Amino acid sequence: MNVLASIRIALRALRINKLRSALTMLGIIIGVAAVITMIAVGSGAQQRIEDQIKGLGTNLIILMPGSTTAGGVRMGAGSRNTLTEEDGYAIQRDIPGVQASAPTLRGTGQVVGGSGNWSTVFYGVTPEYFEARNWVVAEGKGFDMADVTGAAKVALLGDTVARSLFGDADPVGQVIRIRTVPFTVIGVLERKGQSLGGQDQDDVILMPISTARKRVLGQGAGRLRTVGSVSIKVRDGEDMKEVEGQIRELMRQRHRIQQDREDDFTLRNLSEVLATREESSRIMGLLLAAVASVSLLVGGIGIMNIMLVSVTERTREIGLRMAVGARGRDILTQFLVEAITLALIGGLLGIVLGLGGSLAIGHFAGWPIHLGMEPVALSVGFAAAIGIFFGFYPARKASLLLPIEALRYE
Amino acid sequence: MSTPLIVTRQLAKSYELGGHVVHALRGVSVEIAAGEFVAVMGPSGSGKSTFMNLLGCLDTPGSGEYLLAGERVSGLDRDALAAIRNRRIGFVFQSFNLLPRTPALENIALPLLYCGVPAEERERRAAARLAEVGLAERGHHHPAQLSGGQQQRVAIARALVNDPVLILADEPTGALDTLTSCEVMALLQQLNAHGMTVVLVTHERDIAEFAKRVITFRDGAVVEDHAVEWPKDAAAMAEELRTAQQPRPGALA
Repeated sequence: MNVLASIRIALRALRINKLRSALTMLGIIIGVAAVITMIAVGSGAQQRIEDQIKGLGTNLIILMPGSTTAGGVRMGAGSRNTLTEEDGYAIQRDIPGVQASAPTLRGTGQVVGGSGNWSTVFYGVTPEYFEARNWVVAEGKGFDMADVTGAAKVALLGDTVARSLFGDADPVGQVIRIRTVPFTVIGVLERKGQSLGGQDQDDVILMPISTARKRVLGQGAGRLRTVGSVSIKVRDGEDMKEVEGQIRELMRQRHRIQQDREDDFTLRNLSEVLATREESSRIMGLLLAAVASVSLLVGGIGIMNIMLVSVTERTREIGLRMAVGARGRDILTQFLVEAITLALIGGLLGIVLGLGGSLAIGHFAGWPIHLGMEPVALSVGFAAAIGIFFGFYPARKASLLLPIEALRYE
Repeated sequence: MSTPLIVTRQLAKSYELGGHVVHALRGVSVEIAAGEFVAVMGPSGSGKSTFMNLLGCLDTPGSGEYLLAGERVSGLDRDALAAIRNRRIGFVFQSFNLLPRTPALENIALPLLYCGVPAEERERRAAARLAEVGLAERGHHHPAQLSGGQQQRVAIARALVNDPVLILADEPTGALDTLTSCEVMALLQQLNAHGMTVVLVTHERDIAEFAKRVITFRDGAVVEDHAVEWPKDAAAMAEELRTAQQPRPGALA
């Protein structure tokens, strides 16, 4: 007996009990749809974190001032102004494993320009900052060391700031005022989207660090040119821990910290934090898929249940088929094909439902969704495997019936 | 004379039923030649059904020997028995045993499905057999859309489809009225007239009298085996019954 004939017999048998077949399939449909949707949501979340890692810049270490202690009260990270611009340059110069080291000053202020005004964050940076934090200039150009030395009044706008001030017009070449200081916009930064914390990373203005210090923040020519933080990018292939150690050592030397004293600065490896988050999101995704797989398993047991009922119901049919010459393996094939057909049709409908459900979640809940071919292929394979696995026992039971007893079955 | 189609030697079968052994057959030796029309009779529990199941290779004997067309059947495995049932034997059952919601043509073609006959060939042969039993127009009807007599004719067509050497009919008229019974028996007589060997199991003497030879079973053994000199003509009886049933004007049925 060939497979095509088996499939036709299976389809007829399934048609005879339409409602029962549909309900049995429902288990598989829900299972497959759940697996696909959960994998889509899970890998969507993972994809977003991967994008954020890319946006943040890989191999990134942030150097921040340490905490102060005032009368036994510790003030928290960054409360001490011990970090200087020169520290940043020294790290770049003295540690070969560092690709870019960018001292950064942070400030906030009202910006006026174009057709509106906007309150935003600005960073005074060196050209290395772009490399360290993966900023790409979308329009116009960036600034160079000459602009830093000359404290040029040039600024690059983040996407959000550019839109808030200029709408769809091109801001490059326009003049804006940051805390009343006039700046020429020389470029617009490429969009980065939200950060992990949900902050808008594009609500930002970048300018030369000297400009921020002298002209906007109004710090005079103090002896210590302190900075808020230093963004350090480690070269690819370098051991992050080792470079981190070298930076720590260099900083302790520069700040003349004695052996038994604490650091007056903090080093934070942000990539590591993100990697941890990525890992936990991956595990979360796996967990979701595992839970969804349980419903697929339950669907499979439903198939087995119905196939057992079907074999009992059709004992006389089995007896007749055997009487006219069906061998045990013909009967086995017939019921196995029926179970697989049930599982596969359910699986295909489940794929449609799962893809639709994923798109709906992406659309209505606004969750990031990642649809791949792998979960679809996986589900089809899984559905077929369930058909074979849960169909085998009932089919084998049918094939072992004795023709004379099956024929007489009431 | 050539070898008989069916030879059984000391065929015996016993079952264990509720702790004690039931001897369904106690050494039956029978020979049936090709072209015979044999009725197997006996009350229930006489062993005639067990004998029938052994002849049909649906069951295996406890001891003794069974040769079908010279081939030793007793001792073959399940698959070999299935092949013999498929190619050598056509079954007709009391309850027709047609597949529900399956067109008559597909019911008839069922045995061909299990010996690798291609689809078009299956359909062609099934249609030919259906025409032979006089139901050419009913090929796409489901069993539920056919009368009892028509269903049994479809079942006979199914029994014939793989050109068997033997038709085994187990109470083929048990579920039918007298006229339809006669019609079915007429069909079996007609097949026999064309050379088909028919073995019929029945407990009705009226039905057994259509056969050319009657073997009577009692308590698992043959107690009588005689030829019927003048078998009744089923076709003629059916014709008579049909005439008698014609509604006459003024008659109250």
